[in-house]
Amino acid sequence: MASLTAFQPSTPKRDAIIMAVFAAVVLTAPIWLTPIGASYPDLLQRFAIFGIFAIGFNILFGLTGYLSFGHAAFLGVGSYAAVWMFKLLTMNVLVAIAFGVLVTALFSIVIGYVCLRRSGIYFSILTLAFAQMSYNMAYSVLTPITNGETALILETADPRIIDRALLGDAKEALPSPSLFGLELTGYAAFYFCAVVLILAFWVSLRIFRSPFGLKLLAIKSNQNRMIYTGYNTRPYLLVAFVISGMYAGLAGSLMAITDPLAGAERMQWTASGEVVLMTILGGAGTLIGPLLGAGIIKYFENIFSAVGKTQLSELFAFLPDGLNEALVGLMSLFVGEGWHLTLGVLFMLVVIFLPGGLMEGIKRLTDWAKSRRQGGETVGDGAAHQPSE
Amino acid sequence: MNKGKTFTRRTMLKGTAIAGAAMAAPTVFTRGAWAQDFRNDPGDSSTVTLGFNVPQTGPYAEEGKDELRAYQLAVKHLNGEGDGGLLNTMKPLSLKGNGILGKKVEYVTGDTQTKSDAARASAKRMIERDGVVMVTGGSSSGVAVAVQSLCQEMGVIFMAGLTHANDTTGKDRRRYGFRHFFNAHMSAAALGPVLEAEMGKERRSYMLTADYNWGWSVEGSMTEVTEKIGWETVNQVRTPLGAGDFSQYITPVLDSGADVLVLIHYGKDMVDSLTQAVQFGLRDKQVNGKDFQVVVPLYSRLMAQGAGKNVAGIYGSTNWHWSLQDEGTQAFVKSFGQEYGFPPSQAAHTCYVQALLYANAVEATGTFYPVEVIKFLEGFEFDGMGNGPTLYRAEDHQCFKPVLVVKGNENPTSQFDLLEVVNEVPTEQITYPHDLYAGDLGPYEV
Amino acid sequence: MDALLLQLLNGLDKGAAYALIALGLTLVFGTLGVVNFAHGALFMLGAFVAVSVNELLTFSKRVKDESVTFFDAYKEQPYLEIWLGDFGSAIIDWSVPIAILAAIPIMLLIGLAMERGLIRHFYKRSHAEQILVTFGLAIVIGEIVKATFGANPIPQSAPEIVSGAAPVGALFGLSEALVYPWWRLVYLFSSLAIIGGVFAFLQFTTYGMVVRAGMADRETVGLLGINIERRFTIVFGIAAIVAGVAGVMYTPILPPDYNLGMNFLVLSFVVVVVGGMGSLPGAVAAGFLLGVVQSFASMGAVKEIVPGIDQIIIYLIAVAILLTRPRGLLGRKGVME
Repeated sequence: MASLTAFQPSTPKRDAIIMAVFAAVVLTAPIWLTPIGASYPDLLQRFAIFGIFAIGFNILFGLTGYLSFGHAAFLGVGSYAAVWMFKLLTMNVLVAIAFGVLVTALFSIVIGYVCLRRSGIYFSILTLAFAQMSYNMAYSVLTPITNGETALILETADPRIIDRALLGDAKEALPSPSLFGLELTGYAAFYFCAVVLILAFWVSLRIFRSPFGLKLLAIKSNQNRMIYTGYNTRPYLLVAFVISGMYAGLAGSLMAITDPLAGAERMQWTASGEVVLMTILGGAGTLIGPLLGAGIIKYFENIFSAVGKTQLSELFAFLPDGLNEALVGLMSLFVGEGWHLTLGVLFMLVVIFLPGGLMEGIKRLTDWAKSRRQGGETVGDGAAHQPSE
Repeated sequence: MNKGKTFTRRTMLKGTAIAGAAMAAPTVFTRGAWAQDFRNDPGDSSTVTLGFNVPQTGPYAEEGKDELRAYQLAVKHLNGEGDGGLLNTMKPLSLKGNGILGKKVEYVTGDTQTKSDAARASAKRMIERDGVVMVTGGSSSGVAVAVQSLCQEMGVIFMAGLTHANDTTGKDRRRYGFRHFFNAHMSAAALGPVLEAEMGKERRSYMLTADYNWGWSVEGSMTEVTEKIGWETVNQVRTPLGAGDFSQYITPVLDSGADVLVLIHYGKDMVDSLTQAVQFGLRDKQVNGKDFQVVVPLYSRLMAQGAGKNVAGIYGSTNWHWSLQDEGTQAFVKSFGQEYGFPPSQAAHTCYVQALLYANAVEATGTFYPVEVIKFLEGFEFDGMGNGPTLYRAEDHQCFKPVLVVKGNENPTSQFDLLEVVNEVPTEQITYPHDLYAGDLGPYEV
Repeated sequence: MDALLLQLLNGLDKGAAYALIALGLTLVFGTLGVVNFAHGALFMLGAFVAVSVNELLTFSKRVKDESVTFFDAYKEQPYLEIWLGDFGSAIIDWSVPIAILAAIPIMLLIGLAMERGLIRHFYKRSHAEQILVTFGLAIVIGEIVKATFGANPIPQSAPEIVSGAAPVGALFGLSEALVYPWWRLVYLFSSLAIIGGVFAFLQFTTYGMVVRAGMADRETVGLLGINIERRFTIVFGIAAIVAGVAGVMYTPILPPDYNLGMNFLVLSFVVVVVGGMGSLPGAVAAGFLLGVVQSFASMGAVKEIVPGIDQIIIYLIAVAILLTRPRGLLGRKGVME
């Protein structure tokens, strides 16, 4: 899992091991996340979904260096498309995913075609502009399609044409998304997401290892040189953009599956910014980094925001009273309503001390361990800088 | 950071299996059906956990903070600490001040961020990990509707906090969701006669509406009511959420010939647009030989503080106000004021009352089984909670009680004295048929 | 006609805010090559200088409030009023203009501290890292302000004498109905003065000339034996002052809260890019252009033809300009591409 900023050929055997380890780690997440209080279905699902989102974003940003600031729009479009499938046709999740990804693909072809006419920050602002327009429209004018602020939710009275034709008018209760009769809620939904995540990771690995991935990296390091060699870079970029958009659409449909609701705020610039932060925090251009970043940000959002003074004083109960109070007072700035502060400090610390993201930290640690084993020889020079423009 | 009750995968699977079985088998419910298995049954545990899901970041963070204060106070009172607050005045009362059914009340909190996604994530955490029996809170209708439908799916009761759109107990009503707060329809119905009395029958109104569901529902209700008293609607303009500078929407009002501006904004938007409207001299204007007036259908303390002296003389409605003189209000303001040093906001009040109502229902039915609790709350009539006699209507889970029409105080005597109550509009005037906004509560058993 | 004139004023007013923030962003980018996501936070800090100054001036004696009977409540009476009487009240009334004066040294210090303490370590780092670290800083600043002042917007009022509406129409012999708030006019003209001042500083002083030379070719200027880095640090300080003063002046129009900076951040980036990265005149022109267009798009007549146009017009214009002019209005080739 070394940094992939430079193209690193790998052997099929090594990749197989990576995949096996990855699958094992993901599937056992409910066990090893228990000690830190993150092992409950909803958060596990979120880890998997935002992992997919970040992996997809990384295919565009990590490989080509094109920084999209509007990726959340694809997430939102995927969600809306999936929920509409639930409402109109069937609760079968495969149909929802297929439709969600398809719609997102079309949407990203259009947006990608326009935005990729520019590069650098001009590209970023174009994507941002499209995403903000989508968000503003979804919130207000497009309410008939998106249900605006209230978010698109399922109703018992929805048509669900296929389900009704096959099963007749079912029970009074709202149906859950299902995979051929298996209801996808709680842990079942997590394992479904986990399998999709593993597949998504595998595809991303293949792309990183492929000649196509190599061409994308070449665009990142010097687009002009690519053009002079006779390559038309635009089609490659567009394909990368669309693949990346489809990952976001996939993540969006999974969000709709684990929680059948689609809201406009999913498309806001803050959501687009979040995936950028996840990727850079973990390490852009690395295979695992974005996933790590996604996990950390979601953990902070869901767990740190819920810690209050009482829990803190329980945690530090073993300390003498005065010290306990002082520590609780200090710590409470960073948890509960102050969880944003923790996140901000974390961003700064990581960038200041680990320019390549958390993955660089891990690499340094392993290098350090290796060099100790080899008797003090230094290995490598830390991660190379990763120009993004 | 780990609350004692972690939800292991095993119990979860067991829970779903049993829930599935329960759904399949036809069941007959009897009062106090102890044997029923349901999600997050506290069982023999000596404590019971409630989930307080309020905005802690984002535009309504301050309101969320006040809601949290109220909940903490409610927990204290339920556990028999402090002066008991509304436990002393509520009628009928089953609570004994020894927790709920003898179990000590504990709570967990979460941050809704005023986003449906985040709010649902946070509610799910409370339900799946922390094992709460009830979720309550919220400071906007989008969030309330989203969390309410989640709670319906999960089979956990949701007691809505501050949510004002008709949808919450209208189109999107749910069996497991209850709202004590009033709504857009009631605001308009209450304001109508007061506006007629204060401003006359011949007025021309201009409406600036926040461009989303809540805004539209208030706009619809306000238009209907004002046109019924004979006002003419000159124009209705939709404004984007969070615009910040509203000047481009306010200047057209100046020469539109309108003599009333209805500002259908909430929170920060209302603070901004009202501040700017006053700067454009609208309050000092004379149009059609009448004083120009501004109306804000939904008032809150957050907004009155943010807009400062600009609220002077501006009409609006609220669910409750701390200066009411009834026994319940006095008891609540006293214990809240002693605890925190300032009077509670209407958001704090509605949240406190909701927490108590749930606890009382459990105590009265003798079980945490949500179906029984819901059946108890449906059609529950109570008094002494600050709003006078109140009914939880069974058909849509909406509370019916008098609505306050208030006015920004021109000469405040203290820093808390921002609003003065103009009229307490009786319940009959604001009651509407439950099928006016068609919706489906859904089943008891999920 | 009146309506159009008013919307033009609204647009210029809005544009002045955009232009001031974008000007600072561009200055920092053009000199230091740093994409500063914390620039919005500087605007917000400026606004809270106004809040702090007001709180200092109204530092009060707590008097028991007899009108509240339920619990012990206190009224506040500012010491300034107790000591100085009417003159004290007058000082409090003028707290926003006083805050402008206070903001200049305070923001300069904050700017210098920020540049020396953090930004300078990021000159050579990638733009993505600059964005992450300054975004982190913006969050931290916002949270500190929230912890200190609360999350509620805190209203500030302009001095009594400029708090009403100016009879602009009557002054120019147009319709009586044509009024515009005094403070907004003050704001507009002060902004123009600040923008003019910055340009004059860069154009007509030797110091500015060196800075401009440094923007064009940093290395050569360095070779000439000029300490260009120190000058760039000062430029960062100036950008902070511009943002901060803009923030102070905006408080009577928009009651500030801790999120104020974030709300302006995205929009000001759009403005900078539409103007062309690194171009100061471009940033100012784009600011005013987008402000005016946004105002006109909000008019009822326009909204009837295209519903919801006012929500997306800025982005629509940005897309149109970037597609027709690859580097924005006045951008240079090869910058941030």
